Amino acid sequence: MAPLSWLEIFGQMFIQFTPVWIALALIFFFSALYKRKLGLYGRLFDSPIGMTGLFIVLFWVLTALFADLIVTHDPLSQVSGMKNKLPGTPVRGEEGAYYLLGGDNLARDIFSRMVMGARFVLSIAPAATLFAFMVGVTLGLPAGYFGKRLDTGLSFLANMVLAFPVILLFYLLVTPEIRVTGIPTIMAAVLFLFPIAFLMMLFQSRYYTEPAKRNLYCGITLIICLWAYSGLAFNADPLGVFYMDPNLLNVFVSVVFVNSPTVFRIVRGITLDIQTRDYVAAAQTRGEGAWYIMLWEILPNARGPLIVDFCLRIGYTTILLGTLGFFGLGVSPESPDWGSTINDGRKLLSIYPHPALPPAFALMSLVLGLNLLADGLREESLKD
Amino acid sequence: MFLFLIKRFGLMALTSLCLTFVVFFLTNLQPNLEKLAKTQANNRMTDEQVISWLGRNGYDRNLFLRYGEWLGVVPGWQKVADDGKITGKCAYLQRDLGYVPNYCGLMQGKLGYTSLFQSKVEEIVGRRLWLTAKLMFWVMIVMVPSALVVGVIAGMREGTRTDRSLSTFSIITTATPEYVSGVVFIVLFSSSAVGLKWFKGTATSAMDDITFANFTLPVMTMALYGMGYIARMTRASMAEVMTAQYIRTARLKGVSFRNIVLKHALRNALIAPFTVIMLQFPWLLTGVVIVETLFNYKGFGWTLVQAAGNNDIELLLSCSIAAVLVVLITQLISDIGYVYLNPKIRVN
Repeated sequence: MAPLSWLEIFGQMFIQFTPVWIALALIFFFSALYKRKLGLYGRLFDSPIGMTGLFIVLFWVLTALFADLIVTHDPLSQVSGMKNKLPGTPVRGEEGAYYLLGGDNLARDIFSRMVMGARFVLSIAPAATLFAFMVGVTLGLPAGYFGKRLDTGLSFLANMVLAFPVILLFYLLVTPEIRVTGIPTIMAAVLFLFPIAFLMMLFQSRYYTEPAKRNLYCGITLIICLWAYSGLAFNADPLGVFYMDPNLLNVFVSVVFVNSPTVFRIVRGITLDIQTRDYVAAAQTRGEGAWYIMLWEILPNARGPLIVDFCLRIGYTTILLGTLGFFGLGVSPESPDWGSTINDGRKLLSIYPHPALPPAFALMSLVLGLNLLADGLREESLKD
Repeated sequence: MFLFLIKRFGLMALTSLCLTFVVFFLTNLQPNLEKLAKTQANNRMTDEQVISWLGRNGYDRNLFLRYGEWLGVVPGWQKVADDGKITGKCAYLQRDLGYVPNYCGLMQGKLGYTSLFQSKVEEIVGRRLWLTAKLMFWVMIVMVPSALVVGVIAGMREGTRTDRSLSTFSIITTATPEYVSGVVFIVLFSSSAVGLKWFKGTATSAMDDITFANFTLPVMTMALYGMGYIARMTRASMAEVMTAQYIRTARLKGVSFRNIVLKHALRNALIAPFTVIMLQFPWLLTGVVIVETLFNYKGFGWTLVQAAGNNDIELLLSCSIAAVLVVLITQLISDIGYVYLNPKIRVN
């Protein structure tokens, strides 16, 4: 079989992504149809920048979702004779099969690895960002609202973490030796408490006058959260649904830890600003509790900048995960994540550039999409 | 102002102290020490041998005691062997001084001995910092003016096609981390696959002699990532200034657009980017580590990676002090500079 030309390679890739295109078309069609009813999300379709960003981000999210249908080969299997082969080379011994983007140093299919890498990145980055936000919000709101000693202490801690060069922190926190000591588990045990505390406080402050409702909501959250907590932090889930690989837990916890001080600072700043508004004073006069004011008056009004920052931060987290992979920290050697594939590819860069470029462009486009989406959201939310 | 400075320096000292202790604690965890013993002595040591090696080299004592030794407030440990050979924390100074001093820590200006490079830490860190300073200098020279120009041009006429294309360009650069742009640059400009062999793909030779060929790619890679962010900040602040009342007044007075931008708007528009540029240093520090690893330029970032990878405790501590000081001092400069540039804010 003759190798494919570049046109055929792109054609093939386009066909491989069919499930993604169908899903994208459906999402865009229905979103555009009902955009007047969809609030901020619907208004994204008025801004070309926001729409482009949404398109790129959705493309990668759907790719991660349908990765099993898109890949042409197993991302971990090695086919003999395919080492460092150029894009479009037919696979030896398999009729009609090609390495669309060539083979890497260990004769694995680069295209499939890139697609699987999307799943790795998109299963960690948004979740880690969400956890960082929970930590940042739960600490930032009281720091800004109560001020005084609490603020001084928490700000000192946050600035201390921020003064650390990120790479040094990763080199200290993401090693096999650290895993032996159990420090990641302790960090997870502490950091994963914040989302539970946040949700409990959310319901308690709102419904404490209606104990029946409060007990129902708090009970349900508590059961689900503690179940997930036992599985994720201590790997002791009795039913075995929630589980996190120790490697992954280490990476996850470190990324949350690095991100949360910045979120804390942002939330604290916004709280200081919003606190002086009249509706906060009105709530205080009504005799509402401090946590009610923080979570149900201040937080909803801070959502604009927080949503924008959330998008940007997912992008930043993606870059951080890539950095970790680039230095070979915390991920298994055969992991298809983009950072480590770039790192693998760079060793032979001057002779075989094709293994390093696809993951590099994938990472760049995802972060670019998130940045554009954040820009679009900012533009649209400022129109209020 | 004086009181403010004293306070800030006190806070800086406290932060550095806490941070170095954290680094010290993490590098002195038992598994890390075992790894250190195995890399330095013999990879196939048994557990008893590891423990005796740690004991012989003074790693089995109290953590706080050893941190005190490193600070120079506790006398360094010493052991005199039967043949009169002295081992201990300060033993490496014997060759220079002729005797072994009691204290050799941070307070005495001694940062210790790196087993990785077989040299005094202060010499290694000093040399590497100088190499990195050269890199940073060129990055700043390239990055700051181009970012400001892009930001000002984009922001002076908001919403035009120039603005939109420059803004897109800045977003693309912020979305391209160093390890992506570096790889792309190497492929484009130095690989045999593309054939444009304009620059070199490594900067190792730039350590002795900086040339256009060997230093362009690392500088470009680093400058590009930081540039977009500064340009976007400049654009936002420029756009805001251009809508101010006094700009409208100047325009109605009949001042030419060129003079409005250069004489009226520019100075006010540059206050915000100044802070951003100063706060960019911590970011650059991360970038330095990636770029120096990628281009094999043996500066501070490269040393940090080596020290961390080999758990060279004293070298790593000094690297973290240097890094933390860079971050804190730039923060201080940005705060002070902000006050001088913007008379609306005064330190209280």
